Amino acid sequence: MLSVKDLSVMFQTRRGAVDAVRGVSFDVAKGEILGIVGESGSGKSVTSYALMRILDAGGMIKAGEATYSGVDLRRAAERDMRDIRGREISMIFQNPRAALNPIRKVGHQIEDVLRQHAQATRYDARGKAIAAMEAVRINDAQARFDAYPFELSGGMCQRIVCAIALACDPKLLIADEPTTGLDITTQKAVMDLVSGLIRERDMSSILITHDLGLAAQYCDRLLVMKDGLIVEQGDPAQIFGQPAHPYSRKLVDATPRAGASVRDLLPAEARSAEPRMLATDQPLVEVRNLTKTYAGKSGPVHAVRGISFTINRGQCVGLVGESGCGKSTISEMLVRLLDPTSGQIKFDGDDIAKTPARRFARDSRRADIQMVFQDATDSLNPRHTARQTIAEPLRRLARMRGNALTTRIEELAGLVGLPLSLLDRFPHQLSGGQKARVGIARAVALDPKFLILDEPTAALDVSIQAVVLNLLVDLRAKLGLSYLFVSHDLHVVRLLCDHVIVMKDGQIVEEGPARDVMADPKDPYTKSLIAAAPTPPERAGDTAPTQLETKNAQHLAVHDTRAS
Amino acid sequence: MLAASPRLRAILLRVAQAIPVVMGVVVISFVLTRALPGDPAVYFAGVAADEASIEQTRVAMGLDKPLPVQFAHYVADLLQGDLGQSLSSGRPVATDLANRLPASLELTLTALIIAVVIAVPLGVLAATRPGTWVDHLCRIVVTAGVSLPTFFTGILLIYIFYYILGIAPSPLGRLDFIYLDPDHVTGFYLIDAALMGDWETWWGAAKQLILPAATLALFTLAPIARMTRAAMLTALSSDFVRTARAAGLSNRTVLYGYAFRNALLPVVTTLGMVFSFALGANVLVEKVFAWPGIGSYAVEALVVSDYAAVQGFVLAMALLFVALNLVIDLLYTAIDPRIGFDAK
Repeated sequence: MLSVKDLSVMFQTRRGAVDAVRGVSFDVAKGEILGIVGESGSGKSVTSYALMRILDAGGMIKAGEATYSGVDLRRAAERDMRDIRGREISMIFQNPRAALNPIRKVGHQIEDVLRQHAQATRYDARGKAIAAMEAVRINDAQARFDAYPFELSGGMCQRIVCAIALACDPKLLIADEPTTGLDITTQKAVMDLVSGLIRERDMSSILITHDLGLAAQYCDRLLVMKDGLIVEQGDPAQIFGQPAHPYSRKLVDATPRAGASVRDLLPAEARSAEPRMLATDQPLVEVRNLTKTYAGKSGPVHAVRGISFTINRGQCVGLVGESGCGKSTISEMLVRLLDPTSGQIKFDGDDIAKTPARRFARDSRRADIQMVFQDATDSLNPRHTARQTIAEPLRRLARMRGNALTTRIEELAGLVGLPLSLLDRFPHQLSGGQKARVGIARAVALDPKFLILDEPTAALDVSIQAVVLNLLVDLRAKLGLSYLFVSHDLHVVRLLCDHVIVMKDGQIVEEGPARDVMADPKDPYTKSLIAAAPTPPERAGDTAPTQLETKNAQHLAVHDTRAS
Repeated sequence: MLAASPRLRAILLRVAQAIPVVMGVVVISFVLTRALPGDPAVYFAGVAADEASIEQTRVAMGLDKPLPVQFAHYVADLLQGDLGQSLSSGRPVATDLANRLPASLELTLTALIIAVVIAVPLGVLAATRPGTWVDHLCRIVVTAGVSLPTFFTGILLIYIFYYILGIAPSPLGRLDFIYLDPDHVTGFYLIDAALMGDWETWWGAAKQLILPAATLALFTLAPIARMTRAAMLTALSSDFVRTARAAGLSNRTVLYGYAFRNALLPVVTTLGMVFSFALGANVLVEKVFAWPGIGSYAVEALVVSDYAAVQGFVLAMALLFVALNLVIDLLYTAIDPRIGFDAK
């Protein structure tokens, strides 16, 4: 159906030509779902944009052929391409909220496509658009027709994007990271919906993702891309079971999965013995009846509803939940950037909630509680070098100057594995993993006792995530830190944490030792979270997962009620 | 009703917010004019006046009373629509303003319309064809617009079109003396003449208007064109435009239905700012073209410490700005559905 031969794409930039895709060849058969897997910069998205001929300015197909049902996609006239886009080949994108026109009613956006491809007239467009919305299982499509994207949830926006893409019954659907940025249960709902519709309508599809587990679950065949080249292809079980290329092995290793330890994420040659953790029974942080209520436009919003938990010295506690469950509010209150409405936060026996957040910056305990933020890029000052960033807490809180400061910064850089030569670079000159290291170095600069990690690896590629997670494990052992690890990814939490707390709607629904919660969840919500995580095929060499864990992973998801 | 429509409520709230602003302006304009250097009593008593007649003038003008009393009188008069008597022209300030404000507004609005009609398409074209001659033309126009002062372009235009080519009428006011002023309806000569059906007068007024309006347009064009170009570039590189293109929508729909409507928001903001700049820049253009507008009136009043006139001018301008901001905000709500709901 679609045949690509030696496709090369290059971008004309100020620093000269950059080859984004360097000769890739593949075919997509009718009814097949092809997965393209790779990390950022591998050229996987650019390949699909090139097929649709919607490359950004400066991008062009340098060489190769792309044929879709006999049409030469590279040379077809722009007018013919417009007929193909949306009608024959259509696309869904990541970040669905941004992918929709923010100031146009979603129903009209669907109508636009229908009318463009002469699938509807002015008179029946509305009805057909509503039908397209119902096809992607949007309840109450009549009312949602007049909604603007900002009035809908992320999962709902992605359904609208799907409705736009599928409105004209295309034969090939290209999904570019369709679930990045969505909650895990929403991700499952959207992916199940899309793959169901593809099978139902006998369409072909290309699923582009960085998540090997997701690709393996939904695709018939996988391509692994790196630096604009296809390094391996084959069926998912084979790629997972016996990855032939070192890079695909590295990717498979780095994918968090049931039964693997945090060291298993690293390439085999880089694995060292896991350090011994010294978790104690002495409580370091005791949270009692913590409540946070915001004044909303339509009455008070209860972000956190009286929760209590304890973090012991040297312990790592995982806080899991989906967006809006209150986990970020809790981490902000614990790090003392936000004042609770009521409740206590005992740190080392003292109630630190008594000191207002505004004054906590001058408190002597400021240095003891530090945070690593979610987005390594946004949480660094773009005009500060790595050295200045790490120096900031040392200068302000420890009053360090001169040689002592330089020595300490270099010591910290060594601790987090940041080459000294990179210290004088600005954030935009550093890679994602390096920025994460700078953020961690800044957080541990003052020898804190307690570190709050707010999804520190959410924006990173899996192979970098594996390295950063291992770094965090090593640091915890070396410095005797206690962690509160906030995440939506249960697999990652299980790798790092001794104890896990599952939150929903501002309340704790379940807590307990991480191993027990993962193996034998009691609460239906926890069960649905575990079931929603993609289940990559077994791979040889891992320690066999426990029976229970496997059983639960296959447990059917309780469908995301908010999204439907 | 109020609870039913959040947008209507936001609009009413926005209108209510303007009230304290207006009250503040009344106080400040009063205090500021009193703080001006110079003694109006001395000025208006005349050159040959002695101590006694100056004192007499002072009492006649009410300047001997304490400031709070003067202010109370001022506010009481204001509530009856009385802005006081202009000491230099001898007419009520309200009448003077009613005569001169339309002249300024006609000039500014015409200039702004010319600027928008040229700048917005120019910016859109420059954004869709970066690096081509349109883009370069846009850059040249923008640079010229911001770097040439209005009095210079004004004189240059007069020199070329009046002195050398002789196709423009003499730059003396709103209408050549051979025409009669049209009946005062709106005060806008173009509209009034059109209402009377007197197309000869209309043409005469238009000819007088074109040079000063072009001068002002050149000045206001630059920021609008630049903002349109930048906003269009941002909108065109956004995710939703990519979605629209991937769905096969025609260039026209993508450009106007998707990108341009989103780019309008910053353009409208700029438009509001430019309008206020233009009202300020008016003074110089009015002087160069002997345009009987509000700007030249205010400058003359200021020079002779004509309290009432200056106060009236400041007040009229403040009201104009408040109204303008209101219109801009309402335009926002019309363009962007997200706004009415953000207001608390």
